[in-house]
Amino acid sequence: MWKTIKRWYHQLGSPVYFYRFSSAVLPWLLPISLVVLAVGLAWGLAWAPVERYQGDSYRIIYIHVPASSGALMGYIAMGVAGLVALVWRMKMAEVMLKALAPFGAVLAAVSLVTGALWGKPTWGTYWQWDARMTSMLILLFLYLGIIALQSAIRDPRQAARAASLLAMVGVINVVIVKYSVEWLQTLHQGSTLKVIGESSIDDAMKWPLLISMLGLWLLYAANVLMRARTEVLNRERRAGWVRKLVNRP
Amino acid sequence: MSGVWWAALRRELTLIWRAPADMAQPLFFFVVVVSLFPLGLSPKPELLALVAPGAVWVAALLAVMLSLDGLFRRDQESGALDQMLTAPVLSVVPVSAKLLAHWLLTGLPLALMAPLLGYMMQLPVAVLGTLMVSVLLGTPTLTVVGAIGAALTVGLNRGGILLAVLVLPLYIPVLVFGAGVVRTAQDGLPTDGLLAVLGAILALALSLGPLAVALGLRISAGD
Amino acid sequence: MLFRELAFSAGDGEIWQITGANGAGKTTLLRILVGLHGFFEGEVRWREPLAPSLLYLGHQPGVREELSARENLRYSQALSGQAGDPDAALDAVGLYGFEDVPAGRLSAGQKRRIALARLWLAPKPVWVLDEPFTAIDQDGVARLDARLRQAAAAGTLVLYTSHHRVGDDVRRLHLGDAGGTP
Repeated sequence: MWKTIKRWYHQLGSPVYFYRFSSAVLPWLLPISLVVLAVGLAWGLAWAPVERYQGDSYRIIYIHVPASSGALMGYIAMGVAGLVALVWRMKMAEVMLKALAPFGAVLAAVSLVTGALWGKPTWGTYWQWDARMTSMLILLFLYLGIIALQSAIRDPRQAARAASLLAMVGVINVVIVKYSVEWLQTLHQGSTLKVIGESSIDDAMKWPLLISMLGLWLLYAANVLMRARTEVLNRERRAGWVRKLVNRP
Repeated sequence: MSGVWWAALRRELTLIWRAPADMAQPLFFFVVVVSLFPLGLSPKPELLALVAPGAVWVAALLAVMLSLDGLFRRDQESGALDQMLTAPVLSVVPVSAKLLAHWLLTGLPLALMAPLLGYMMQLPVAVLGTLMVSVLLGTPTLTVVGAIGAALTVGLNRGGILLAVLVLPLYIPVLVFGAGVVRTAQDGLPTDGLLAVLGAILALALSLGPLAVALGLRISAGD
Repeated sequence: MLFRELAFSAGDGEIWQITGANGAGKTTLLRILVGLHGFFEGEVRWREPLAPSLLYLGHQPGVREELSARENLRYSQALSGQAGDPDAALDAVGLYGFEDVPAGRLSAGQKRRIALARLWLAPKPVWVLDEPFTAIDQDGVARLDARLRQAAAAGTLVLYTSHHRVGDDVRRLHLGDAGGTP
């Protein structure tokens, strides 16, 4: 078991192997993710039952919740990639970290927009400084910080290493931010509505939610692979295997 | 090792001391920004007292952040940073001395000034002590965390705004709890627990922060 | 990419002059050697941990203008663990009488001399010097030249970039004929 993991680690750490692996996986991953996402969304938006108190407006959770979870997972993954990049100087981790940022930022933005649209019918306003929305806003700031730092540094390896350190600090920060904004809520009790209790969701609503979530995560993964492939080709453009690949008729 | 640390601390204090304007500016900035609130909002005492904790804290936050922009710049331009990174001592030793010196000559003066500004913002006198303690506990975290951003942006010529984009989101917990302590005190509630949270964040920042700053400087040097 | 297929090995008591056109990568090579630059393919091996035995003078002299010549040198000593009398070293580089003057009021050549004064402190086994002769007057060049030879004779490995040639048995490493491929 351990040996297999180690072999995987070394293989995925090599750009050539990664390129071949992603070439094999992507043609499947991308269509599958789109189909799963479409099924989940269609089921959730069209067929899932109407919610008793919120009517149809609750259906936005089929976009909102997957986007929020994807944004959060993406940032945590960046922190892990950053740790690996800094401690083991693994180049593929640097590539992954860079590839994770843009889609994650988009998901955070989607989460905020859908949250606002959902807020209008439920809270009566598009924006409330509720704990989750505030955390997501700060998460978006953190994503934008990573992207800004990366684009400001010319050398791609230096940019990735700088972003690695920032992502690790950011992950610690995310935890403290979550704790702090939740505490902030207790200071002004009564202003927020608890919209859904996690445990009270009906099966007929839960399944489409899980499926959309899975679909969006797979789409995120496919996007990361595509971005990572571009980055790998760019970084390794002087290497023999890339030249061979490009010159092939 | 400790000899190097003391030598570094002396050097950093001397450096700041020889450029007194650099030291005075964050403090001046702090006073000016807080004075803008009564002018922009309304001089009504009840309203000012309501926004005072946030106003004082936001101003302190920005003052520390702006003062950090130049923290490593001259060392980098003069080549002194490379000397530090190639020296046979762990970079964290001179780095931590630098952070302490910076806090002693910017964070500490801000904390000492905070009660006066709080008073001008119509905070009850009984709360001013809490305000000072909260700034005292919060500013070292701001220095250390901000220095990570300063280390990562030291070689880039568009420092200022980028530093703000990187660092301000990281400052949010300190802002929330720092201003929160003061508001809790205003409400007459006990503040020990919240001060302990600020202290815990400080302990975390002090234990990992200098290492991250040293690593950030290495990355910026090109390693 | 600045250079490729570069291999050399240097030993005690040798003087290596690294030459090349502007932009050939001399500074980068030295930064790689002392461990400041890590983004390269290849390997740098030192016989023992480098940091304690290294005396590195970078492209910039590493002198802060707010501090006096003596304060600058003292701090370098504290960092590098080099023993020796700072005033005597400053005297040796021709800064007698300037010990307490803030470096900001000195000329570029004098600032570089503050950094070079480290060469007259307790010696280190490896010297890596980036353009040590820049901005130094004729008399200073002669002194520095003599100092490098003296150190090499005593077993110090000297690597430096410059167009100035120290002695006849100096080894030369020339980087890139066309200034590197982009």
